[in-house]
Amino acid sequence: MSTTTAEPATLDISGTARIGFLRLLRVEMRKLVDTRASRWLLIMIGVVTAAIIVIFFLVSKTNDRTFNNFTGATGILQSYLLPVLPIMLVTSEWSQRTALTTFTLVPNRGKVVLAKVVVSVLAGIAAVLLAFALAGIGAALGGANDAFHGAGADWFGRFGLLETMGILEGLAFGLLFLNSAAAIVVYLVVPIAFSIVANVWSALRDAAPWIDLGTAQTPLQDPNAHIDGHDWLHLLTATLIWIVLPFTVGLWRVLRAEVK
Amino acid sequence: MITVDGVSKSYGGFRAVDDVSFTCLPGQVTGFLGPNGAGKSTTMRIMVGLTPPSSGRVTIGGHRYADLPNPGRHVGVLLDASAQHAGRTGREVLMIGAVTMGLPTSRVDEMLELVSLTRAESRRRVRNYSLGMRQRLGIAHALLGDPSILILDEPANGLDPAGIHWMRGLLREYAERGGTVCLSSHLLHEVERIADELILIGQGRIVAQGTKQDLLQTRGAYVKAVEQEVLRDALHREGISAQPSGEGLRSDAEAIQIGKVAAAHQITLIELRPAEGEGLEELFLQLTGDTQREGVPA
Repeated sequence: MSTTTAEPATLDISGTARIGFLRLLRVEMRKLVDTRASRWLLIMIGVVTAAIIVIFFLVSKTNDRTFNNFTGATGILQSYLLPVLPIMLVTSEWSQRTALTTFTLVPNRGKVVLAKVVVSVLAGIAAVLLAFALAGIGAALGGANDAFHGAGADWFGRFGLLETMGILEGLAFGLLFLNSAAAIVVYLVVPIAFSIVANVWSALRDAAPWIDLGTAQTPLQDPNAHIDGHDWLHLLTATLIWIVLPFTVGLWRVLRAEVK
Repeated sequence: MITVDGVSKSYGGFRAVDDVSFTCLPGQVTGFLGPNGAGKSTTMRIMVGLTPPSSGRVTIGGHRYADLPNPGRHVGVLLDASAQHAGRTGREVLMIGAVTMGLPTSRVDEMLELVSLTRAESRRRVRNYSLGMRQRLGIAHALLGDPSILILDEPANGLDPAGIHWMRGLLREYAERGGTVCLSSHLLHEVERIADELILIGQGRIVAQGTKQDLLQTRGAYVKAVEQEVLRDALHREGISAQPSGEGLRSDAEAIQIGKVAAAHQITLIELRPAEGEGLEELFLQLTGDTQREGVPA
């Protein structure tokens, strides 16, 4: 083997453009829809949202068919389903071992995680907009007096914030456990476990707004609640505990982990 | 060119990779050979930044892998053909790679054709692929960005004989065009036929490296004479030691020296040739003896 034109020992990378963030967003969006499981999850979120609107329409009294009631009903279910999206987006890289390829093509792992965060939040916003659109139709057809009372920026913001927090919490658990089952179970079970323990342990019950995300989020779920500074502080501490902390630890884990 | 410089990796007290240094040159296929668990895959993961080394460094064409702006355009990597999302189609796996690297869709079709995955096959989900098909898909993925360097971990795994033949030709041609190929294998005969440069690793350490010719040829000669004892005495007097080996003698001296001694003493030689290159195989078997987990070709 000597009849070759050997190329120089150094690699000329001056002509190669860096992989842009927008491209990574495109890649992560593809991953959101390119398997049956992920596609069905999206379809399910849409179908369940629509079903909730229809069911609420059928079982509620005419005057309850307001926009805010419709969105409130979808919000509870979406808050269970939406976080599964980012959990799968993160954990499938590990369970399917595609992280091997992903991080080989993009060594900057933080950038990949950020792309997953942005895509998850965008998907969440799309789901929320769908809920708003369907709730709008329900309210318009429902015949309630003043069906759109309170349906303003304030409620949109609260609802959006609530769902975004759910998405980020899912992401944080996904990063922390790198395992879909563990992340989903913990996401769903922790609030239930907390309320059970809080029922028998009054000290915990008193501290709940500070340390339990579900309790802290209660004012966000109520269109008529007035949120004061105290409530925001509750949200802040609970967010630090249940979103920021696991996200930080999970991110640190992903950045340092040996990918096999 | 890949330069691995004093790379070690420890897990707790266990040294999976122990002070490994070598280079893979352009225009050559470098075979990384060793039994399972010898540290080949760990070294390859360190090369592409998936595993942080405990010490040492790897440069790819003078750069740290992580500093490559779009690594897939320079380095084609296949570490594990099974590490693909089972629910994606083969084509989608390549599409994700192409979008990430900023390549046109046409490149995906070209690569599918190159590795002989049909249109229908490419639309099936990876879970329904045989290991051989996954391997082809993995090679297509590695070649997607038209890289000048290839890093392939056990690329022949799961390929049928025709597939192995095909891959050998592909990599041969790739190296002849000036590409750098680093591939690993635990099968001696597989690597022997494709690699120019061999690196033998066992228990995390490099035990031998060099060109195939260097490693395959042991020093010395094998000689068979009619007057066996006379030759042996004559060699002895010249200070050349020779031991009986089979029906002849084996000596550390070169064939030409033995020939001259034989001529001077008018000894009739029936056979005189460089000693058989069984050193590599012996070395390999010795290496694999302790850690071997599957059949070694004998």
